[in-house]
Order: sequence, then structure tokens, then C-alpha cells
Amino acid sequence: MKTIKLLSILFISSILLQSCSNDDDTPEEVNEEELITTLIATLRDASTGSSVTLTFRDLDGDGGDDPVVTPGTLAANTTYNGTIQVLNETETPAEDITLEVLEEDDEHQFLYVIGGGLNATTEYTDADGDGNPIGVTFNLTTGDASSGTLTFILRHEPTKPNDGTPASAGGETDISAPIPVNVQ
Amino acid sequence: MRIIALVLLCLYSNLTLYSQDCNYTLEGKIIDLHDGTALSGATIIVVGPETAYLSDLDGKFIVNGLCNQEYKLQISHPECNTKVFTVSMNTEIVTKAFRIEHHLEELNQITISGNAYATKSETLLENTISQEIVESYSNGSLGDVLNTLSGVSSLNTGNTVVKPVINGLHSSRVTIINNGVRMQDQEWGAEHAPNIDLNTASNITVLKGASALQYSGDAVGGVVVSEPLRVALKDSLFGKTILTAASNGRGGSITSTLTKSYENGWFASLQGTLKRFGDFEAPDYVLSNTGFFERDASIRVGLNRISYGVEGYYSIFKNKIGILRASHLGGAEDQVVAINSERPLIIRDFTYDIDVPRQEVTHHLAKISAFKKFDNLGKVSFQYNFQKNNRFEFDIRRGDDADKASVDLELTTHDIALDLLSDLSENTTLKTGITGVYQSNFADPTTGVRRLIPDYDMYKFGGYGVVDFTLSENLLLEGGLRFDYTYMDVFKFYRTSLWEERGYDELFPELVIEDLGDQLLTNPELTFNNFSGTVGATYRFNDIYNLFFNYALASRAPNASELFSEGLHHSASRIELGDLRFNSEVSQKISLTLQRNASNYSFTVNPYINFIEDFIVIEPTSVQQTIRGNFQVWEYRQTQASLVGVDINFETPLTSQLDFDTQFDIVKGRDKTRDLPLINMPAATLKNRLQYNMPKIKNLQLSLQSEYVFRQNEFPDTNFEVFIPQTETFEVVDVSTPPDAYHLLHFGANMDFKVNSKSNLNFGLRITNLLDTSYRNYLNRLRYYADDLGRNIQLNIKINY
Repeated sequence: MKTIKLLSILFISSILLQSCSNDDDTPEEVNEEELITTLIATLRDASTGSSVTLTFRDLDGDGGDDPVVTPGTLAANTTYNGTIQVLNETETPAEDITLEVLEEDDEHQFLYVIGGGLNATTEYTDADGDGNPIGVTFNLTTGDASSGTLTFILRHEPTKPNDGTPASAGGETDISAPIPVNVQ
Repeated sequence: MRIIALVLLCLYSNLTLYSQDCNYTLEGKIIDLHDGTALSGATIIVVGPETAYLSDLDGKFIVNGLCNQEYKLQISHPECNTKVFTVSMNTEIVTKAFRIEHHLEELNQITISGNAYATKSETLLENTISQEIVESYSNGSLGDVLNTLSGVSSLNTGNTVVKPVINGLHSSRVTIINNGVRMQDQEWGAEHAPNIDLNTASNITVLKGASALQYSGDAVGGVVVSEPLRVALKDSLFGKTILTAASNGRGGSITSTLTKSYENGWFASLQGTLKRFGDFEAPDYVLSNTGFFERDASIRVGLNRISYGVEGYYSIFKNKIGILRASHLGGAEDQVVAINSERPLIIRDFTYDIDVPRQEVTHHLAKISAFKKFDNLGKVSFQYNFQKNNRFEFDIRRGDDADKASVDLELTTHDIALDLLSDLSENTTLKTGITGVYQSNFADPTTGVRRLIPDYDMYKFGGYGVVDFTLSENLLLEGGLRFDYTYMDVFKFYRTSLWEERGYDELFPELVIEDLGDQLLTNPELTFNNFSGTVGATYRFNDIYNLFFNYALASRAPNASELFSEGLHHSASRIELGDLRFNSEVSQKISLTLQRNASNYSFTVNPYINFIEDFIVIEPTSVQQTIRGNFQVWEYRQTQASLVGVDINFETPLTSQLDFDTQFDIVKGRDKTRDLPLINMPAATLKNRLQYNMPKIKNLQLSLQSEYVFRQNEFPDTNFEVFIPQTETFEVVDVSTPPDAYHLLHFGANMDFKVNSKSNLNFGLRITNLLDTSYRNYLNRLRYYADDLGRNIQLNIKINY
């Protein structure tokens, strides 16, 4: 008799459990908030005013498809005024992450690594509250014809001041975007 | 005793009155409520007529000349509590059994001399950790104390996230039972430690296999059973408090338990723990952001009447664990720098603050259980439990999200179980039961980070039966079967690119319920049927030697992480991908244990072999370029695996005061499909200990332990190359080479003081890593970035009152 009672308790509780379970509400979509999908470097020729745009775009974030890179061709022995824009293009309209970088400018810094025989030099043209560079704007001066890669690195919480190399900056990599560049 | 009975007879016989016209007969039998044996020599007094009787050798007695009415019988026995029963004489002959309870003194003796806790498996050696050892680890974690057993190691993330590894297996392959409740605390993650306060346990048992079918059929690795204090049936109020202080981490803990019990079986117990540590330290530097804060409390109220009982239990576990700051990395370029650096890249001054990255976990557990023993059925137990596990993981984030958790998962589980333990005959017992589980996972979307584990509802139904058969005095056989049905209803967003890359668009087009462009909402519904079983034998050669043989078939459904992981795992700096197509993992483990128990020397030797079909393993497969740089991709895959190993314990007294014991374990894991070693197998370990006992000097014990951990020489090469733009070179990221072997010395001392008749005080001193040796352990996930803990001096004061 008691066994039957116990079994009935079990049965009733299992019904309760079933009825407690939530209905088939589908979950809400999450769009990665801090995601950086795109880096656009605009290089404006200081003398002619014409500009070259280099982009590095990875719309599906970490993993998935490989990033799409737009290389650029620069003129030899020319100085360009560079501006970096960082976007999250999974949101509409695209979110401008550059603003966040500028808000926390003492915690961020762009580094420019020139590699693969590219004949060019860079210099910072902006500064945070402490007078250390942020790197959202910069000057790039090309030498003679050459080709190689220009890697834009955004570091979070770097050691400031530093000599502009990744090793001296430390911190964590938020962006590391190598873009092929041709100087002719 | 007979004299008392005679006296009673004399006292009452002169008061005897006989009613006319009453010819009803009561045939009674007196039975020991505890073990069902007949009690002879019990005095039965019929209240009213005050006639007295004695039960015979079979516990029987007959009362003639009763009327058709209700009678009260007072039954007493020298060894039992006197009890009054009511009998209705409604037929001419009434047959009834009367169960009386032993005095508590007797019960205490049984409790102390016998096994206070139910046996979990008859044919697998139970490795039990005593209360003293549990108490000496009061400020540590469950994983730390389990580490003291041979064959049990741990998978660590730093020194505060400690996951038990049994014979080379961990996470979902190890079932943890806390006060009869199977823990549901997101145990799938390698950096998710069990959410259990060690101080609630009075006794911890480890079964290195899946034979304890009453708990689970999927414990491919083994089962850890933590049991609370057994409360004796007596009027008492007692408690204990343990205070600890540790030099490393500059913190300590306090835990208190207070128990009130009554002779009538009611009891209540309150318990609380507080642990607080700042940054821990390696021999040469501070391990920044490794502080730890834990608060736990539990309450237990129940009634234990030997033949029936009920219990209510609630516990809350809440912790905050800092994760080494230097382990949080951007990508493979950062990883190269961090691994190649001798010291962690971020070392700050000591602090008690716990910054990001960190984990914050709250676990609620509530249960109601009841049991009743029925004469011809056995012991029936019912249990319902509710668990809620809320896990937050805070990462280093930017802007408005800086204070927001990156992971916010809430796992809710309801579990009901009905079990029956019956003696089919004198030498056969049967354990059977059914269980039902409903579990729901909710991943909060407000984190602004794509869900690591998707939302799901899971229903599980299971049933089992285990038979123990004592063939002769020396031979015991055991056999059992279990079946579990699992249904998972999952809602998951896949990135369209990954969905297509894996070919899911062709395999499972019907699962997509909404296309959001770059993401797809899918609704996989998965069903798993798992059979598990065990057969075993225990042979007792003589009083000294025992042999245990056990074969266990375990079948485990893949967990949510193995099926659905998708995305970047910051703490590991890698992209992890699960696989929707997985089927259950099936393990067959054969284990043999030879045990010798004698005063001159004792040992156990436990070789085993575990064949696992469709073993789920996560391994690096490629390197993927993202805007953040390169990341290594780790994918789960299924393979055929085998684990072979042996656990050895040996102990002997060298002199009357000096004891020596030694432990050795080794396990070899192989991926048979690829003919390669399995990743993350614990290295062989040898521990030797000398203990000097001076019972006359306040029970002083001094011990010195040597712990030698060999280098793991068998590992798969999962190194990869990454392009470093500034040097324009490819650099090897060495993520697979295990660290060197190391040797540690630990010292311990203990003394007992009697405060008064009821209270005593125990002082303990434990120094781990006595020589402040720098070392790294293969199974510590932070071994790439920092050394393990340096010397730690711990003081432990225990007061029993």
C-alpha cells in the first residue's frame, strides 16, 4: 500500500516537473558586443590629397571564414597622413570601435610593424592625456619602390611609454592585421 | 536478565485479572528493529490485566484469554528501549510482530565497529578518505584531498580550480555524489571545479570505476561519494570548529558544524565555512590575481528511526576565484611571448583584491529524502533534489562591457529517485531503482558575448538493478544493469560560416528554424540510449588476503560542451569547436585488486585496463587567422582509446612508533585510431611517507612525505607555428612539451589536547613544498605561464565540543 503511495508521489512529481518546464520560447540572438570585424586604414597623400584605403575585414569573428584583406599601392618617397578606423560591422549601423579606443586612450595603443622588405617608416601624430601616442592617426613615409606587409596591431593595456615595438609594448593583442602593401 | 523477568512476573502476577467469555489469542514475535533478528527474553506486559510474559528463544510469545478489544502491550528487553504497542484483538487469533529498538549504546558500537556507511560496490575496492584527513584539508578543495589517494590526480587551473582525475579521466567522466545527490554543476568544463564544500563531508569514498550503478551508468572514470556525518540516536549537542591559517596566499579559513540530536531520532545540523586568500606565491614571484573567496553554508534536519526516516537538506556554495592575470592572452603571437618567457609577463604586488579574469559561482542544493524498511520488501528510499548552478566568468573587456560577465550560465536540475534495497534470500541482496531528471540551461544573452553553451532542456530517465550473491563465506558475486534515456532539446545559434564549413547545411537542413543572415537559429533534438552494466567477484582467501575482480561497462552521452562548443575560449587562448554528430562514449574497464591487511605489512595492488570506444577528446587541429591574430583551433573528436595502469599502496610499521607508507601510480593512455599517446594523461607519481607516533606525548605525530612526480614522456605533439610579423619568421608555439619531473617534501605535525570531559583541541602544522622548489605540473593549465606554489606553512586548530 505504502509502495503504491510512494509510486504515486513519484508519478505526481514527474508530472509537476513536466509542467514546470518552460515553453518553447526561442532564445534571443547575441551579437558579439566587443567584436572587432574591420580595420580600415586611410592613407592620404599630404601633397596631392588622393588617398589609398587598406582594409582587413573578418565579418564572422573568431573562427569561421578567413578574413578578407584589401591591399594597397603607394607612391614612392611620399608622406601619407594615416587614420585608423575600427568597426564592428555585425551591427547595423556599424559600431565605431575607434571611439571606445579613444575614450580609453591610456589603455590602448596601435603599433605599426613594417615587414617583408617594405621600404617605409611611420610616426605617431596623436597623444593620450599623458602625452604618449595612441596611434589612431600617424604619418607614413615611403622610400624607394618595394613591397611587403604593414601589420596594424592594437594592444590593450600596453606598457606606456614604449618604443613602438610589440615586445616593448606588451599588453594583449586586440587586433593583429597584416596587410600587403606595394610601393611603386 | 531472567531474574528481572522473574521479579516482574512476581510483581505483576498477583494483579492478574481474567475476564469471562474472552478466548482470543495473540501470537507475537519480538524482533530487533535494527537487523531483524528474533529477541528472546523480552518481557511483555499486557496493560490492564497486567499479565507478563517472556519471549522464547525464537522471540515468540503467546497470550491467551484476551477479549475482543484493543490492548496496550509494554515490551521491554535488557538491551532495548521499552516501548508500548497497541493491538486490536478483532479475530480469534491475532499474529503480530513487534519491533523494538536497541539502546543507543549498542547502536554506537555497531556504528563504530562496523561500516557506518553503505557499501557502494562489493567488488571494487573502496578508497576511503578518513575524517581526520578531510579535516586537515579544511582550507583546500575536494580535488586537493582526493589527490592524497593513489590513482587520483587533478587537473588544475592555478591552484584553486582543482578537478579530480581518476585513473586518467575527469570532468563528465567522474560522477560526484554529495550527500546522496549527484552534483550537476557544469562539470563538463576543464576549468570548472566541483562546487562542493569539503567541510560538509565526514567521509569521502572513491570508486575507480563505473560499478556503482545506483548513482550513474556514465562514470567512465569513477565515482566520488561525499557523505555527511552520521548522527547517533542520542540526546546530545555537539560541534566542531576548524580554524586554519596559511602563509601562502596569506589567508585562512574557518568552518563550524553544530549538531543537535535526540534519542527519538530527530536531529538537526548547521554548518558554515568561510575561506579567504589573497594572491598565492610561487618561490620567485607573486602569482598575480589568484586570490580566492568562498562562503558556504548548509542545514540538515531529519528523523532517523532505523526502520524509517526523513531528511531535508539545503546547502549553498558561493565562490570567487581569481585566474592568473598573465594567462589571459590575445592570440598566438602573445602566446609565443608568454610561453617563452621564464616568468609570468604580469607580476604585481600582493593583494587580496580579485580582479579580472575571474570566476564567480553559486551552487544551491536542496533535497528531501525518506526511507522506510518493509518486512517482506526491504528498504525503500525516495529522494527529490533541486540544484541551481550559476556561473559567471569575467574577462578583460573594453568600454561599457568592462564590468559585465562574459559567461553567465544558469543550470537548473530537478532529480527524483526511488530505490529499493531488498534481501531476496539470506545470501542474496537486490538493489533496484528508477530515476528521473529534468535539467535546463539558460545562457544569459545580455553578456554581449555569443553563448559558450546553448540554451537547452534535458530529460533523463533511468533504471537499474544490482544483485549481490554471497556464494560461500569467501566468495561474493555481484552483477548489475542500468539503462538511461536522455533527450535534449537545444536552441543554438550557429554562425552561418561554421554551419556550412562543417557540412551541417547538407546533413541537418531541417534543424534551422530561423535564418538571421550571419547566424542561424537551430533546434537540434538529440536522443541517447545508454546501457551500462557490471559483473564482479570478491574472494577472501583468509583474514589477510582479499581479491577483487570487476568488469564495468559504462556508457556516457556526450555533454553540452562536447556537442556545442563554438568560439574563442579566452582562458585557453584557443578556439574550441564541438560536434553535433557525436554519439555516446562506451567504456569497458576491467580492474583487479589484491589486498593484504595485516599488522606487519599491508598493501593493495590495483592494475586495470579501460577500453573506450568513441572516446571524446579535444585536440588542436589547425591555426585560424582572425582580426585579433592567429588562434589555435581545438576540435573535439571521437576515437578508440585505451588506458592501462596500476595503483599501488604499501604500508608497514618499521618500529613500534615509526610507520612507513608508500604510494605509486602510473597510467598509459593511447589513441588507438591514430596510434598516438592521449593528451593530458597524469604523470607517474611516487609518494613515500614516514610517520613518527608518540601517543604518550599528547598523541604527537610527526610526518615527512616525499612526493616525486615523473615527467610525462608520452604526449602527442600538438605544437604549431605562427608567423611573427615583426621578425618575419615562423615561431613554434610549444603547447605540448610536458614540464620536467619534480620532487617535493612535505612536513606534518599533530597534537591533541583535552580541554575538559567534552571538548578536545587538536593542533596541526603542515608545511607543503618544504624546500620551496620551483616546479610546474603537466596537468596544470597555467603551467605555460607560471610556476606552481612555493612553500606553504599552514596551521590548523580544531576544537571538538
